[in-house]
Amino acid sequence: MRVLVIEDDREIAHFVERGLRESGHGVEIAGDGHAGLEAARAGGFDVLIVDRMLPGRDGLSVIQTLRTEGHRTPVLILSALGEVDDRVKGLKAGGDDYLTKPFALTELLARVEALARRAAPEEGATRYVVGDLVLDRLTHKVTRGGETVPLQPREFRLLEYLMRNAGQVVTRTMLLENVWDYHFDPQTNVIDVHVSRLRGKIDKGFGEPLIHTVRGTGYMIRDGN
Amino acid sequence: MRLVEAVASGPSPGRAAASSTGWARLLRSAVFRAVMLAVALLGLAAAGIVAAIGWSAGRDLVTATERVIAQDLGQLRQIHRSGGPDALTSAVAERSRSDGPMLFFLGPRSGQKRAGNLAALPASLASGDAGGTFAYPARGGGSRSAAGVLIELDGGVVLVVAHDIEEQRGLLSALRRGLIWGLGALSVLGLGAGLLLARHILGRIDAISATAGAIMAGDLSGRVSVRGTDDELDRLSGELNAMLARIEQLMAGLREVSDNIAHDLKTPLNRLRNTAEAALADTRGGPAWREGLEQTIAGADELIKTFNALLLIARLEAGAVDGASAVLDAGEVAAEVADLYEPSAEDAGFSLEVDAGGPAPVRANRHLLAQALANLIENAIKYSGAGAAGGPRDISIRVRALEATVELSVGDRGPGIAPEHRERALRRFGRLDDSRTLPGTGLGLSLVAAVARMHGGSLRLDDNRPGLLVVLSLPRAISSEMGRS
Repeated sequence: MRVLVIEDDREIAHFVERGLRESGHGVEIAGDGHAGLEAARAGGFDVLIVDRMLPGRDGLSVIQTLRTEGHRTPVLILSALGEVDDRVKGLKAGGDDYLTKPFALTELLARVEALARRAAPEEGATRYVVGDLVLDRLTHKVTRGGETVPLQPREFRLLEYLMRNAGQVVTRTMLLENVWDYHFDPQTNVIDVHVSRLRGKIDKGFGEPLIHTVRGTGYMIRDGN
Repeated sequence: MRLVEAVASGPSPGRAAASSTGWARLLRSAVFRAVMLAVALLGLAAAGIVAAIGWSAGRDLVTATERVIAQDLGQLRQIHRSGGPDALTSAVAERSRSDGPMLFFLGPRSGQKRAGNLAALPASLASGDAGGTFAYPARGGGSRSAAGVLIELDGGVVLVVAHDIEEQRGLLSALRRGLIWGLGALSVLGLGAGLLLARHILGRIDAISATAGAIMAGDLSGRVSVRGTDDELDRLSGELNAMLARIEQLMAGLREVSDNIAHDLKTPLNRLRNTAEAALADTRGGPAWREGLEQTIAGADELIKTFNALLLIARLEAGAVDGASAVLDAGEVAAEVADLYEPSAEDAGFSLEVDAGGPAPVRANRHLLAQALANLIENAIKYSGAGAAGGPRDISIRVRALEATVELSVGDRGPGIAPEHRERALRRFGRLDDSRTLPGTGLGLSLVAAVARMHGGSLRLDDNRPGLLVVLSLPRAISSEMGRS
């Protein structure tokens, strides 16, 4: 995957670059809005990471320009402004996801990968399959090894999000944002409890566990084999 | 000024220097200047009025005198013309006998007087109808003033018809004297009153300044003295005192917040440092380092959470989060948040019940409202376990639409908070001492309070009989706007 990072803070840019390279991605860095816009127009990137406040040209205006010109590359906005209205402005301008500084590298990587996947064709699939676990998005039915697993609506949405990002790490914040549509910091492990409930229904009693905990980051659903 | 200097350099020369600066301050004071200006204007007005009265009275008197003289003179001329000199002489003699203010002289310019009550011909009076004034010897001695006319008759004989004006002059000069004395008294009294008033007001303002000085020097407990006279200075002092009390209260709060921030952030920083140091010193090397780094990151994340909460509260209190609000049903948000927390509560041994009766529209930021409710539920789970051994362990979330407000309440069956500690519990890092050991940022309730205030609502802690009842009260919105931003 190739990622363009438009960020004027060198320290953050290098921190992000190193993390992305270590995960096997190609990275290009632009230090200001104009250079970033030029690089993005040239194309060939799977995800853009854009800082909100940039010298020369504001990050939001870069995104708006790209969207008006028809570029559909997913954009992750980085910002020191983390409040709800900032997030809304960022997403309205055409951003796809919003991450507040300071952030954990694992959180950034998980989000970048989720964004890249979102653009992939299987996004629109009506059935998600991981090993012998099947989720039907039309009938809202989940089966494991052919056996129906009864899930509550919330559990279904949680599993749906995990399976859409199968093989990828999803963080607790991503789950709260995408399954519950809430952006805030719970002080306690609410998400963990939900995942553990889901595990009790999906994995318990079926030999191979599919939902894995990624230490310090979040969860991942994948076929063990 | 000269009077004041004379007073200032008065009898005790040793104190003159010190008191002269005091006097100089009095003279510079706005009150003194205002009084002096008023005295000057009043004096001018009085002088003007007296002068106008004097002038018009004088003119009236002169006109009356002239008329009387002209009338007598006309009659005497008539008598002279019809009766000849002898008739005139007897008429003048007749008139001279009355004891009035009229004065007559009839006779040749130099020679024996024929008739009249004037002893001699007034030397300074020229002949002609214009007339003039002159002095004449009074009956009881001394000299009096008179105004009259001298006309020449045949054969060098002259007739003088005059009127005594000594009393008119006396009236005018009495007026003038009165004016001068009055103005003098006014000036002296005005100066005195100005000085007294200036001293009085300066004294009170000095007291206020002294209080302000003490406060600037760091003593926030200073207050301006109030005399209880309820005058404007008293009212000003009262207002100042109220302001000072509020400032002192805010400063105390601020000091407590910064103390608490220092304390609450220092502890996790220490822990962070100790974790890193312990890992580094661990002889196992690699795996221990990894563990230590992971713990360090987790600790740093907690600190960042705390800072985020602090920043969010600060921004909410500055009213900086204005966007992204919509009219939504508080009951729906409550149900969603309860759904999010239901498994956690159940794991901790609580049952979470939502009681939402009917639509409860509020104009709110959905995420902030959810965060507020989440904080309240987290608090209920965290704090109500200890006091409820064997008791009911339910947390109830109620949403009620009242006339003008919508109330969201979270009640638990824990130990509650005593009324005297409730205010403290709402402050930033205002954790009650017995809860300091529990994990958490200590910002939960103050964040909820900030969310409430930002939405124009309020937060109240109450007794749940038993337990704690936290009531978040928001202005009720118009339900037809529901879903619109």
